[in-house]
Amino acid sequence: MTAFQDSQPAIEAPPPDPAAPAPAEPSVTGGPSVTGGPSVTGGPGRRARLAGPAAFAAVAVVMLVVMPLALEPFRLGLLAKYLCYAIVALGIGLAWGKGGMLTLGQGVFFGLGGYAMGMYLKLHDAGGDLPDFMVWSGVEKLPALWGPFGNPAFALAMVVVLPVVMALLLGALVFRQRVRGAYFAILTQALAAALVILLVGQQGLTGGTNGLTNFFDFFGQDLAADSTQRGLYLVVALVLGVLYLAAWQLVRSRFGRLLVAVRDGEDRVRFLGYDPATVKTLTFAISAGMAGIAGALFVPVVGIISPALLGVVPSLELVVAVAVGGRYALAGAVLGAVVMGYAKTYFSEELPEAWLYLQGALFILVMTLAPKGLAGVAAALRHVRTSRRAAA
Amino acid sequence: MRNTPWRSWAAFAVLATALAACGGQSPTSSGGSAAGDGKTIKVGILHSLSGTMAISEVTVKDAELLAIDEINAAGGVLGKKIEPVIEDGASDWPTFAEKATKLIAQDKVATVFGGWTSASRKAMLPVFEKRKALLWYPVQYEGLESSPYIFYTGATTNQQIVPGLDYLKEKGKKKLFLVGSDYVFPRTANKIIKAYAAANGMQILGEEYTPLGHTEYSTLVNKIVEAKPDAVFNTLNGDSNVAFFKQLKSTGITAEQMPVMSVSVAEEEVAGIGVDNVAGQLVAWNYYQTTDTPANQKFVAAFKAKYGQEKVTSDPMEAGYNAVYLWAEAAKKAGTTEVEAVKKAAAGVSLERPEGQVTIDGDNQHVYKTARIGVIQPDGQIKEVWNSGKPIKPDPYLRTYPWAGGLV
Repeated sequence: MTAFQDSQPAIEAPPPDPAAPAPAEPSVTGGPSVTGGPSVTGGPGRRARLAGPAAFAAVAVVMLVVMPLALEPFRLGLLAKYLCYAIVALGIGLAWGKGGMLTLGQGVFFGLGGYAMGMYLKLHDAGGDLPDFMVWSGVEKLPALWGPFGNPAFALAMVVVLPVVMALLLGALVFRQRVRGAYFAILTQALAAALVILLVGQQGLTGGTNGLTNFFDFFGQDLAADSTQRGLYLVVALVLGVLYLAAWQLVRSRFGRLLVAVRDGEDRVRFLGYDPATVKTLTFAISAGMAGIAGALFVPVVGIISPALLGVVPSLELVVAVAVGGRYALAGAVLGAVVMGYAKTYFSEELPEAWLYLQGALFILVMTLAPKGLAGVAAALRHVRTSRRAAA
Repeated sequence: MRNTPWRSWAAFAVLATALAACGGQSPTSSGGSAAGDGKTIKVGILHSLSGTMAISEVTVKDAELLAIDEINAAGGVLGKKIEPVIEDGASDWPTFAEKATKLIAQDKVATVFGGWTSASRKAMLPVFEKRKALLWYPVQYEGLESSPYIFYTGATTNQQIVPGLDYLKEKGKKKLFLVGSDYVFPRTANKIIKAYAAANGMQILGEEYTPLGHTEYSTLVNKIVEAKPDAVFNTLNGDSNVAFFKQLKSTGITAEQMPVMSVSVAEEEVAGIGVDNVAGQLVAWNYYQTTDTPANQKFVAAFKAKYGQEKVTSDPMEAGYNAVYLWAEAAKKAGTTEVEAVKKAAAGVSLERPEGQVTIDGDNQHVYKTARIGVIQPDGQIKEVWNSGKPIKPDPYLRTYPWAGGLV
């Protein structure tokens, strides 16, 4: 057991890792980079500094302009769904990739956000009556828990507040006790399993296995209309973009460095006088908040929230997606969620009888050939190119 | 410290463009012929081919494909062959909604045959209603629903559960114990059973739910043994039945002493549970492989010829098989596959099917079905011991049953 913990930093953070945050990068030092010589365009330092924002802007244009024009509404809706998962993945990238907290229960926070939104939409559609599922579950008057969710401001606040508070409480409890590694992972997974049982068991309160579905109106917009779905897609893409920038800033900040330091050597950070528990708890809460927002966006996009979406399996799928994309890089996490989401749709449409095997094979292939995921491959390619240039 | 591996962002952009390309291409690559034009009529087949429900739903898919083959062999519908587009619902309700959307929006299918669990139907319902498309749902369910865009070819409660209760009452079973999986069908079914019991002088000794997929039944069986009911009404689904019946058998209580009436155990499940564990127990359905009609002999023979001699046929399979024929008949009557016209033409469509005469009720889009109570035989088949004599008019909201007044 201790062996697992001891060996963990070695697994988590091979120091000279091209995909992981390298200790000294050109933009920080501003000086000539380790790899390249002076070049006409003003040095690789500056080029690298501009390349990131340029790539981000390019992706933003593709996502916000090209995609809505190129895709038919149904496909755009699917892309919006993948982007919702990408928001969760971004949080996992932060907590697991940067902070070393392997969270297998992100579905819990996704679900809290989703149900908060779903409850509001259900009450709004019911217009003063009982939501449909309560009628056939034999509930006669609106449960007290539901009351406040009729208020959109309250419901929207809860989308973030519920997951964050829950993660803060959980984090404060476990990280203070120095629970980490596999124990933390198991704990989060158990939480996901428990929430599913709770939701399924309280059919009159939660819709049971069916979950909440059959929504009509989203803040005055008809959810069946293509224009609403297009608008929702843009909202999801924008939210993802903003959260990505925020996460990126966070990782660049002093707090971010501390977080990576905690991942690589928690005890050393403690000896230096910092409190790793606070750093981890806050990061975990931020990732939970992101999952909550993703869940809330998911509901109008897909039109359903059910326990099947937030149990152990979907939570694991997201971690797998982050691993495929490359957990050491935030962009890798986002990329992984979109790739795995798309792969799932593509394989299941082309080969409905065998798609699960292909999905599994894709994961095994990426993990054996590129343990650092797609982002790792990209970084390795860059590394090869720069060292070749240096050699030349 | 900065760590934007911008190249992976660039890769992301490339991938996203590829995605756009694929998304743009697929309608043509999958042959963008809308239903009606072109040489074939596309229909969607949407069942779980993976996950916990696959074992049941694959058999329904097979039966529906058999019906399509037969209709095509006989010349198709409106002079065109039916072309099935198969999708996997993956035992995951949101996936059902997604695939239903795909079938309607992209493949432009004329209709969809699909679903098994109530949860999957509830997830698909808004998709079909909003897009004004048609779903044929082939499994017995809990009633209290009548969507204008769904045809229900399985039994509603007054064609399965109520006759099952009538049978128990007739046999003098006054004290019941209710066991079910924890989801909407068992909970609603038990609500109906309790109302029935209250009106008919029956007593409910206990009501227990276990999560779907639960396999530990010693505590529950002990509770039943202590309560000493005359009969057990079982709405457990799937694998749970295996553990439940094994545990029950180990107590030594026989089916004669305390029968279990099941509404989700058919021929397919009997094999899975193990005949030894369930022989002698009661089931309530509208069709058995042994049902003695000319249409059934043909159906069973055709199914075995196509999928193997060891295969069995069951009620949901037959209901799925019927659904294809009923839709084809309605389309012929309408002279088109256009949804509103088919809906209108479907009212009153009546066919001789393996279970006997089935007729679509135009008001609630359910079908008239004959209720049949059966006893599981040692060879794994089910022998009918009672039937309703004639097809029962579907009444999903139990409006014609005074005791059910407080339910809806």
